[in-house]
Amino acid sequence: MTRPTIELRPAHEPPGPRPKTLAEALVRPQFIALATVLLVNWLLFPGFFSITWQDGRLFGSLIDVLNRAAPVAILAIGMTAVIATKGVDLSVGAVMAIAGAVAAAMVVAGWPAGLAVAAALAVGLVCGLWNGVLVTLLDIQPIIATLVLMVAGRGLAQLVTEGSIVTFADPVLIFIGTGSVLGLPTPVAIALLLMTGAALLVRRTALGLLIEAVGVNRSAARFAGIRSSALLLVVYAFAGLCAAISGLIVAGDIRGADANNAGLWLELDAILAVVIGGTSLLGGRFSIPMSVVGALIIQAMNTGILISGFSPEFNLVVKSGVIITILILQSPLAASILQNRRMKRGRT
Amino acid sequence: MQAAEGRPVLEARGIVKIFGQHTALGGVDFELKPGEVHALLGENGAGKSTLIKILTGAYQPDHGEMLLDGVPVSFRDPLQAQGHGIGTVYQEVNLLPNRSVAENLFLGRQPTRFGLIRRREIEARARRLLADYGLEIDVRADLSDYSVAVQQIVAIARAVELSGKVLVLDEPTASLDRNEVERLFDVVRKLKARGLGIVFITHFLGQVFELCDRVTILRNGRKIATQSLQGLSATDVVRMMLGKDVAFDHHPTGVADARRGAARVTFRNLGRKGSVAPVTLSVHEGEVVGVAGLLGSGRTEVARLMFGVDAADSGEILVDGTPVTIRNPAQAVAAGFGFCPEDRKIDGIFGELSVRENIIIALQAKLGWFRALNREDQVELAGRHAEALDIRAASPDMPVKLLSGGNQQKVILARWLAIDPSFLILDEPTRGIDVGAHAEIVRTINRLREDGLALFAISSELEEVVAYSNRVVVMRDREMVAELSGAAVAPDAIVQAIAETPAPEAQP
Amino acid sequence: MALLKQLALGAGLAALLSTAAQAELTGKVIGFSQIGSESGWRAAETSVTKSEAEKRGVELKFADAQQKQENQIKAIRGFIAQGVDAILVAPVVSTGWDEVLTEAQEAGIPVVLLDRGIDASQDLYLTSVASDQVKEGRVAGEWLVSAVGGKPCNVVELQGTVGSSPAINRKQGFEEGIAGAANITLTRSQTGDFTRAKGKEVMEGFLKAEGGGASICAVYAHNDDMAVGAIQAIKDAGLKPGSDILVVSIDAVPDIFAAMVAGEANATVELTPNMAGPAFDALDAYLNDGTVPEKFIITESKLYTPADNPQGEYDSRKGLGY
Repeated sequence: MTRPTIELRPAHEPPGPRPKTLAEALVRPQFIALATVLLVNWLLFPGFFSITWQDGRLFGSLIDVLNRAAPVAILAIGMTAVIATKGVDLSVGAVMAIAGAVAAAMVVAGWPAGLAVAAALAVGLVCGLWNGVLVTLLDIQPIIATLVLMVAGRGLAQLVTEGSIVTFADPVLIFIGTGSVLGLPTPVAIALLLMTGAALLVRRTALGLLIEAVGVNRSAARFAGIRSSALLLVVYAFAGLCAAISGLIVAGDIRGADANNAGLWLELDAILAVVIGGTSLLGGRFSIPMSVVGALIIQAMNTGILISGFSPEFNLVVKSGVIITILILQSPLAASILQNRRMKRGRT
Repeated sequence: MQAAEGRPVLEARGIVKIFGQHTALGGVDFELKPGEVHALLGENGAGKSTLIKILTGAYQPDHGEMLLDGVPVSFRDPLQAQGHGIGTVYQEVNLLPNRSVAENLFLGRQPTRFGLIRRREIEARARRLLADYGLEIDVRADLSDYSVAVQQIVAIARAVELSGKVLVLDEPTASLDRNEVERLFDVVRKLKARGLGIVFITHFLGQVFELCDRVTILRNGRKIATQSLQGLSATDVVRMMLGKDVAFDHHPTGVADARRGAARVTFRNLGRKGSVAPVTLSVHEGEVVGVAGLLGSGRTEVARLMFGVDAADSGEILVDGTPVTIRNPAQAVAAGFGFCPEDRKIDGIFGELSVRENIIIALQAKLGWFRALNREDQVELAGRHAEALDIRAASPDMPVKLLSGGNQQKVILARWLAIDPSFLILDEPTRGIDVGAHAEIVRTINRLREDGLALFAISSELEEVVAYSNRVVVMRDREMVAELSGAAVAPDAIVQAIAETPAPEAQP
Repeated sequence: MALLKQLALGAGLAALLSTAAQAELTGKVIGFSQIGSESGWRAAETSVTKSEAEKRGVELKFADAQQKQENQIKAIRGFIAQGVDAILVAPVVSTGWDEVLTEAQEAGIPVVLLDRGIDASQDLYLTSVASDQVKEGRVAGEWLVSAVGGKPCNVVELQGTVGSSPAINRKQGFEEGIAGAANITLTRSQTGDFTRAKGKEVMEGFLKAEGGGASICAVYAHNDDMAVGAIQAIKDAGLKPGSDILVVSIDAVPDIFAAMVAGEANATVELTPNMAGPAFDALDAYLNDGTVPEKFIITESKLYTPADNPQGEYDSRKGLGY
């Protein structure tokens, strides 16, 4: 399925998430928000946009934003699909911890890195399938079903690491966290690849449409012959896989698996990224690239706070202020005001 | 049973209720006398439940007036209606299952002393009260410890205690067995003797004749009649519920028994315990099999079994003579079946998705996850079917929820035509659709039949069934009781078949 | 017992005191209600407590409360019912202890608090063994003052979780420590939530904001985990931690000693996991001759630098469960 080509939308039709022209695409609130946050960062720190080539890789604050946004962006890619089905996955932070713990424990025990990575990804997949089974076969509400693993998962990770940070020196895992590919930090490269791959997969195949259909109306989807249980299983498994990739990245980044803190509360950042990206928690229309933009906005804000020199007591206040602003900009009310003004301008 | 005489205890005059564009009640009169049991009958969408909600204060009428004991009244909410003497008991008992029977009886008005609830007094009063209803049970036990019938009687006792003039019973017998129904009827008769006016709503015609004095029949938001049941036959009642007055006798031309060649689909002993007794039926190419029967007769349940929405526990399905397994809708779609469900909003429409996506979704589901229809194919398919069915949408990319009910129904029809189906099930295809679109849908069904499709169409509108069916099967009490074909496909004959010896057995 | 005493009499005075003291706890039953295993330090405290008990011949009854006070109260009641000789508690919260501690008092069982204080009458417990968080920060600050000599030095600080008592106290102590040195300036301070990942991310931001790190002379982290993260950030920025930028932190977990061995960390202040040692000593004196210990026993805030055999420290701590 491809995006609609340029054509005029009837005036009475409410603005949907699909852009009609390039100009309209660029005035989305998310892009305005991202540009504004980056601009503020630049005002706070004039060197913000400077990027240099150092030790065979790009180096600069902007690259840091991309690099630090990667784990949440990857979570958000999986989360987008889950939320599009009218679900939510609270367990991804805990799954990150499990995946990191498994990979670290295996390389420390002498297993080859490739196997450790594969095992971590497999564990993520299994965690996702577990969530999927609870949601589809047992018909438990997603928020409750995934809460189970959110709570138990961190405990599992702590069992694997025995409560301590398992430090490793394995070059493959470290490369995943801190290496570079074509000058880009590895996490950024992975996130880009995953975003492109996932976006192409859902839009070139029927998956995107079917996911949206299940999210909009699961009962109607069943009547239309969509195998929604299988689809939901795949979606949750994919979210688990994304979480495992994220978990490998954060473990590689600090060269250790920190079961207590890895991915802590990141599920909430991921959900926020998806919502900022414009996918409704009520399911239906979704956009994976826009969720990644949401993750970038969040991280740009975090980095801005870091370099601003504000005292840390302000962090949460600033963050919540910006988020509220973005969500208001995105609200149907703001959209209708914006459209009215545009129409007025068009007439004069 | 003799209808009580005298001034009505409750009277409604010219009640109008409009929801959006839909007129649920178009000027309905209703009259309830003290000491009578008054049946309120009508098919889905007749306006029955809207009227009840207005009488009990849950809705406010847009026009019209209500009189209680001859005095004009209006209710803000059910609580106020209760205060005026109108109590309601629903099919699903609306009490607190984990509180004791006594507490449930006096909830919200417990006798207290110094702010403390006087448990013993409550219990004694509860026992005395229930004794009047022939119930001798431990009032300290949780309500949920008792059967639905007992809970039902407790709910009635509470409603009568609170109100005392009018009692509305909304499908009280739906989940009771025969003995329990008897017990409930005894209670109702006692209350009647005490001079209460009782409104009784049910799907079971037999119970109406057994218990009630008068009947008011609604159809399409209008009152068809209020009559004494004495001298009235079940056929008369069904005719009034389903037919356009009594003046339908034309058999639409061109719809004859058209069984050509071998059957397209055959259902053999298809059934599900507690839902539908096994049904055997074939539908041929170029044939519409209509389904008639009252609400709750099992007509929708049969369709759900055919399409795998509910899994059948007996029988088999053959398509073109070959057995197929259908245990879920995806398998049905794979076998070339389509299903336009009764409740469009809940089971049919993807409101946020575009008209185009709504049309191609079933074909896409059939093709699978990875064989995506490209945009050109989608546009072509949607355009072709939208044109063929005359779907009026500003753009195929607009959300389908912005379309009218009739156009939404056509979109769902188009969805199934897009898969080039071998067998199409239509459950109430004209429900909630304006008159113009109604006729159009009927014409479309006829055209599809002529094009060679096999159809199975459920409708509570007899003329409609007659207008497009080659054969009509009649459902009653979750069983297929008759099959009419050829010249026998006529409203009168259908009414006869539906009403024939209304089963004395209440269904579980 | 008597035999042991006689044997001990034959030995020197010092030996007499120490061995006799240790011997007296032999066979005693002591209950230990631990908070849980939320951090590496906590795990180390548990394992050190167990080994200290073993060393003294104490039969230790261990109960993991999994971060719940109700579990701790249950465990303490269980210990009282079993008639233990003493109880150690690492309290998960500071309030709500009066009732259960009164029960212990009535049963004549002394209670020693480990690691954290409580809001209750001091009569309800024998003593409390804890570190002085302000002092930890001060020791780190004083080390930095002496390390840089009189040269000007801009310090960046990685704070613990905003609002937590170690973050507040360690910040205060450090500022006291550097108060006298006009050449040392605290230029940036942000929270790294006590985690390695956030420590790295925050340091990364500091380095960018401070001209690639050129104007940073030292980093002070409220715990070693954040310091380890900061060290990686410094290396990624192409600088040498330990020489280009000095690294001082608190806790003394094994990984910071590994960094010292590599020359990448300069100093750490120990938050000892051995709270049980002093607690057992105090109990020993109390149970044997009724010596009432001080109400607050403060553990040593020992400074470790690369001169203190970091490899040896690493090896000895590695097995403790950090």
